[in-house]
Amino acid sequence: MQMNSAIVRVCMGPAGIAGGGKEVLAAFADVLAQRQEQAVLEEGCSAHQVGCLGLCARDVLVEVHRNGSKTVYQYIKPDMVPRIVDEHVVGNVPVREWLVDDVYETFYRKQKKIVLADCGRIDPEDIDAYCAVEGYEAAREAVTSLKPDEIIEEITMSGLRGRGGAGFPTGLKWELGRKSRGGVKYIVCNADEGDPGAFMDRAVIEGNPHSVIEGMIIAAYAVGASQGYVYIRAEYPLAVERLTHALVQARERGFLGSRIFNADFDFDIKVKLGAGAFVCGEETALIASIEGQRGMPRPKPPFPVSKGLWQRPTIINNVETLATVPAIIRRGCAWYASYGTEKSTGTKVFALTGKIRNPGLIEVPMGITLREIIEEIGGGIENDKPLKAVQTGGPSGGSIPAAMLDLSVDYESLAQAGSIMGSGGMIVLDSDDCMVNMAKYFVQFTQAESCGKCVPCRVGTKRLLEILERIVGGHGRTGDIERLETLGRGVKAMSLCGLGQTAPNPVLSSIRHFRDEFEIHIRDKKCPAKVCKALLTYSVNKERCKACGLCLKACPAEAVTGAKKTPHEIDPAKCVHCGACFEVCKFGAVDRE
Amino acid sequence: MTELLDQIIARYHETEGNIITLLQDTQESFGYIPKEAVHYFAEQLNLPPSRLYGIATFYAQFRLTPVGKNRVTACCGTACHVRGAERILSSIRRELGLRGSEDTTSDGEITLEQVNCVGACSIAPVVIINNKVLPKSSPDRIVKELRALKKDEHADE
Ligand SMILES: Cc1cc2nc3c(=O)[nH]c(=O)nc-3n(C[C@H](O)[C@H](O)[C@H](O)COP(=O)(O)O)c2cc1C
Ligand code: FES
Repeated sequence: MQMNSAIVRVCMGPAGIAGGGKEVLAAFADVLAQRQEQAVLEEGCSAHQVGCLGLCARDVLVEVHRNGSKTVYQYIKPDMVPRIVDEHVVGNVPVREWLVDDVYETFYRKQKKIVLADCGRIDPEDIDAYCAVEGYEAAREAVTSLKPDEIIEEITMSGLRGRGGAGFPTGLKWELGRKSRGGVKYIVCNADEGDPGAFMDRAVIEGNPHSVIEGMIIAAYAVGASQGYVYIRAEYPLAVERLTHALVQARERGFLGSRIFNADFDFDIKVKLGAGAFVCGEETALIASIEGQRGMPRPKPPFPVSKGLWQRPTIINNVETLATVPAIIRRGCAWYASYGTEKSTGTKVFALTGKIRNPGLIEVPMGITLREIIEEIGGGIENDKPLKAVQTGGPSGGSIPAAMLDLSVDYESLAQAGSIMGSGGMIVLDSDDCMVNMAKYFVQFTQAESCGKCVPCRVGTKRLLEILERIVGGHGRTGDIERLETLGRGVKAMSLCGLGQTAPNPVLSSIRHFRDEFEIHIRDKKCPAKVCKALLTYSVNKERCKACGLCLKACPAEAVTGAKKTPHEIDPAKCVHCGACFEVCKFGAVDRE
Repeated sequence: MTELLDQIIARYHETEGNIITLLQDTQESFGYIPKEAVHYFAEQLNLPPSRLYGIATFYAQFRLTPVGKNRVTACCGTACHVRGAERILSSIRRELGLRGSEDTTSDGEITLEQVNCVGACSIAPVVIINNKVLPKSSPDRIVKELRALKKDEHADE
């Protein structure tokens, strides 16, 4: 690469590709060739073919690096490419009006990137790129000049807690693992990422797989493990590919295998593909699955640290937890603990989605308020609708109402508010979202994913779902809210594993903060957010109706009558509330109430 | 088919004898897990077929029926859900004429898959038709795409 040549980076995440990233990239290749201009063309953000770390809402994003300075363009289309090449790449004058605006700035200002620091900046398929940013230095130092106890001490002092959801102190887990006896020990990286609305771990593995491997090497050395496994979802083919590739490279360099860094330490890592079961994120189920069985959890204790994979001591950590480890070893526990709060140190990655203006993957210091995340990083609610709630922790978590927006984002505060930190899903809900429907959505998920081993979870989630279904279906009965509460508490208390123990959370937290919404559904048979179809009545607005016949055709119950040129009508007695007429109408002539 | 199955069994013996991997291998080769394969494995490995079925039905990844020529993947993850994934799903089902738990059209042309979060939440709701990501989709748009797909099919014939 010539020193003075420009670098052009085109966002090729799914959002980028959907926005025409491939076409833009091709246009750059064409125009650069025509102008015989030397420039390095890269697929930026290809590091994470997930909603890329930048602002996918503004895709296609194009970065131009020239003379050491970076310029970012937003909403780029192929026909805009020649001007960028001519004026900026050749002429060295950026095209002002296409540059990103302030939003881009605010999106990054409040973030602190530790885990994601190198995601999107370095080529995830090139181990040298990782080594160039001090990659594997922490592992080298750990293995060659630190004692296992010193590493554990460092991690303990950093205050790092598990990022997989429960927030168990990582140092303590390692210490228990170190002390555990029983022959071979295993390190397992949990990359199952089951939360149905989140993709943090995938982004880390796709964007910087070596950081996870390095974290595993350090963990293995600290606890005395000789074999590692990464349990990763088969639904993440790109992550699997990048990880496998990274493992090969690490092995070639002698970072894995026998006598790592020429020290008396052997360690290697295997990849195990998950097959699509949420419960397999639970440690004991995950172990069963790696062993090739149905992923059913078993009672704890014994905990995996004493009896895990093949009855051997097994230390299980989440992707993000492990990816944080090298940074702590490199820069020290005090540095890490300087971010965040006293009990929740460091940073956390969130997938910020839903009704937010700037959705994307963010990494923030713990202790930041929800308001800062939503209003500053997220840019506020889309379409300026009122915020209703922020859902965290996915199917194991809960919703935090708008009134509590100044809540600090840390393990304790979130738990107090009836939600959990979870693995990092953060879904923003506005006035168009129905809390009863959301509760039903999550219970539907956990009910389907319940492995069926224990009765409270298998039957309890089913009963919860039935009650919620009847409420949204217009058949709610007095006492249903109390029934949900009693049943929910029972399922939590009696279920075998974390799936059942947390499954009622979305219901209980919604009732806690939005009880009136449940009441309106049950008593008035109305859905204030107009989401629950069965509670809506449909009618045709005669002025807007063009008598096109679409709704008539779509109605499965023959409830719509009308002829050519006469506005149609809906017979409420026949209507089955499916909403088909509303969906098909092109003129907005079907009203729902 | 037997030859392919034997290869899969050979690989099974090389790895730690993991049934999940065996079934993943099988699905990779056939697009689904054929009944014949299950019984062949059971016989060769001296396992009851229920062991294999037990695993095949436990994990969502495995399917016991063939896939259609075209794949429509609808994301039903949380971010897509709050942006109307349910409506899109119901209009896809209506358009394809799928009933009950059916996921493939009767002519075997199109299979509808429901998945959780494809990692593109910022452009939710997301539908993927044969690897083409359709961002911010709406029932209308998807129906149009599906009709175009069907037209292409007929043009091919
Ligand atoms: C139902 C259920 C699903 C889980 N899913 C995940 C997951 O997808 N990823 C994850 O890292 N941890 C998941 N966990 C938490 C793990 O069981 C475990 O606590 C974690 O991987 C430990 O790593 P950490 O201490 O680094 O967080 C899940 C737990 C339960 C009960
Ligand atoms: S929820 Fe659909 S892409 Fe994430």
